[in-house]
Amino acid sequence: MSSRRPAEEAEGGAFAGEGRAALEAARREGRELTETERVTAEAEAFTPEEAMARLRAAEEEVEPAGRRKPMLLNIGPQHPSTHGVLRLVTELDGEVIRDVHPVIGYLHTGIEKQCENKTWWQAITLVTRMDYLAPFFNIHAYTMAVEKLLGMEIPPRAEYLRVLMSELNRITSHLVWLGTSGLELGAISVFFYTYRERDEALDLFEMISGERMNHRYFQVGGCADDMPPGFEKAVRRFIERMPERITEYEDLLSANEIWVERTRGIGILPPLELIGLGVTGPALRAAGVDLDLRKAQPYSGYEHFDFQVPLGADGDAYDRYLVRMREMRESCRIVEQALDGMPEGPFIADDRKVVLPPRPELATSMEALIHHFKLVTEGFRVPEGEVYVPVESPRGELGCYLVSDGGPKPYRCHVRDPSFVNLQALRPMARGAYLADLITMIGSLDNVMGGVDR
Amino acid sequence: MVEEIEHRGELTIELRPERLLEVARFLAGPPAAFAMLSDVACADFPEAPRRFRLAYQLFSLESGARLRLRVWAGADEPEVDSVTPIWATANWHEREVYDLMGVRFRGHPDLCRIFMPHDWDGHPLRRDYPVGGEDVQFSDEQ
Amino acid sequence: MALIPPPGGPRAPRDDPAIDRDLREQEVADFERSLLTTTVERALAWARSSSIWPATFGLACCAIEMMHTATPRYDIARFGAEVFRASPRQADLLIVSGRVCQKMAPVLRNIYDQMLEPKWVIAMGACASTAGVFKNYAVVQGVDKIVPVDVYVPGCPPRPESLLEGILLLQRLIGAKGVPASSELRAGSREAA
Repeated sequence: MSSRRPAEEAEGGAFAGEGRAALEAARREGRELTETERVTAEAEAFTPEEAMARLRAAEEEVEPAGRRKPMLLNIGPQHPSTHGVLRLVTELDGEVIRDVHPVIGYLHTGIEKQCENKTWWQAITLVTRMDYLAPFFNIHAYTMAVEKLLGMEIPPRAEYLRVLMSELNRITSHLVWLGTSGLELGAISVFFYTYRERDEALDLFEMISGERMNHRYFQVGGCADDMPPGFEKAVRRFIERMPERITEYEDLLSANEIWVERTRGIGILPPLELIGLGVTGPALRAAGVDLDLRKAQPYSGYEHFDFQVPLGADGDAYDRYLVRMREMRESCRIVEQALDGMPEGPFIADDRKVVLPPRPELATSMEALIHHFKLVTEGFRVPEGEVYVPVESPRGELGCYLVSDGGPKPYRCHVRDPSFVNLQALRPMARGAYLADLITMIGSLDNVMGGVDR
Repeated sequence: MVEEIEHRGELTIELRPERLLEVARFLAGPPAAFAMLSDVACADFPEAPRRFRLAYQLFSLESGARLRLRVWAGADEPEVDSVTPIWATANWHEREVYDLMGVRFRGHPDLCRIFMPHDWDGHPLRRDYPVGGEDVQFSDEQ
Repeated sequence: MALIPPPGGPRAPRDDPAIDRDLREQEVADFERSLLTTTVERALAWARSSSIWPATFGLACCAIEMMHTATPRYDIARFGAEVFRASPRQADLLIVSGRVCQKMAPVLRNIYDQMLEPKWVIAMGACASTAGVFKNYAVVQGVDKIVPVDVYVPGCPPRPESLLEGILLLQRLIGAKGVPASSELRAGSREAA
């Protein structure tokens, strides 16, 4: 265990301490510093005076290849434009980025480890908190994986409820992306517009699950509860208004000179490279690759819905913006279809070994009480095996890999988070670009650090 | 190939670790065209003869098929070949496995800790690593 | 210049000599409070409490709710705290919004140390207050282990209203205490001990 003393850290400066730690760790293991360690250690080691001296030297000194020595610039982890606690160590040649090294882990929460010490149904609470802008997608992948291990069928109404909530969540997630990206590029008013609608959507979440964020609404076997009275009407009112609100945002941005200038032609990578880097979601679709798991591998009854998968052409930040805007419109359509076609029936499977008995039965049935007690204290057992279940989150393929040893707790729970994978594309994207455009690129990739670090 | 397992509709191929790169290279190219490596995950089985089990989730954009490759890495100084030359995305996935599980990857361009601080001792996701944290003191216990 | 009205209360009957004396003392105290030397302190406290500048320190889920408090529905500007500053040098309130992990802890401390006195800290949400559901190796078990905390706001995440209530509570604290910040008080109590 590390025994860090904050007071000591503060004296020498936290970064210098960490740079030294990397050096020591490498010496202890008897190896050379890796690239990331070398760059971070170098960025941390010097004082502002040294940095200035180095800058002056860099201006005079010319390397044999005719290029100046790069200057190191540390951005983050606490920086208002990095979408969370992302730290970037950039090697700059003037304003041009020669290389960028993302350093992550500043929000590592140890959720995967803790899931191993909770029962299958307790772990849902933790999984929800991974990618905090897409809580429904986290639980969706997890519960579907557990259901797959159990070989369980879930009622059609539950599937529709899941689709309904997921698509509303996709809208709220994109709204945060739009608002904060606008904020980072100086378009502050968009933020106030998008959060107005986000609040309305969060009211819907609160209506059905009781929480604005981090709802634990999906259960293994279905959903926690049925739609409350008045919910359908409220959702309809929301999706009726939403398209015109999206038009409002587009009026603010689509033809906005500053927005267009700052996003057009920024962050382009060839589609094949994106695929090699594992990039999924709007970032990949903006480059014209038609990969949406809702269409490619329909789950939760997505095959019954009629919707388009918006594609871009160039794959720049502006295309990603267009794709996300159109995705919000498609999500509205899916929500409407889900409401129209909502099947009657139970909202959760009737398997007493896995699903909690209905509340009223506890007062009358001894058997229900025993099942309830067993489930709450011990949890249910899941047959041995391993599964990988992906869903299409607002950022791409969110997969849950579960290993079960037949016990009441997950043996291993790993989540493949799209933010984590997509962030890798930042380095090839940023090489040779201007420093100011780096902010646009981070914004357009839409990384959520809670998902990156888990 | 050691074994082919079909479970819950998912196909898993277990490989001998020394053949991993060869098989991966074959699968990534045509005709299989598993161009995308979705995920690399590792599970720790302290009692198993070879302790660490790695799972590579492959995805083919052309056919929409999924395939899982599985290799085992030994308990002492676990090490397998890095698949970064084939799928660039493996870079961070393998760093994550190294950080949390302590499995090393031969030929990885930049193998260092990714989540934990550099001077952290041990690999937290191993089964013998304690969860940590602090007990809450309730007032009636005092 | 009575910026903050002196605490009122039910008036006691005049004919009781004991209470009469108390009231006289109260009057003397009120008079002292209205003297210039003491009102400067109170005026400062009033000014400080009604223009709190929070640092933009977003960590996790709670940061999203913190952003919500700045939006029109909740409108933190009503309480004079809407000026979110990116530089800790310009901020006097650190809202720790989310889980703080071991790797982030020294950074958080660094930011806190860079803030100028007087400064205050709000631990927003269960994770910042006690680590919440994350009782594990990675998360600092309560941010009060590394920085002094003035107000804890419960919730996972707290609603924007809860954060506003936390800020109001902090305003009352600042207004009541006068100038000293929690860090100074702690330093004082350490010296005394």
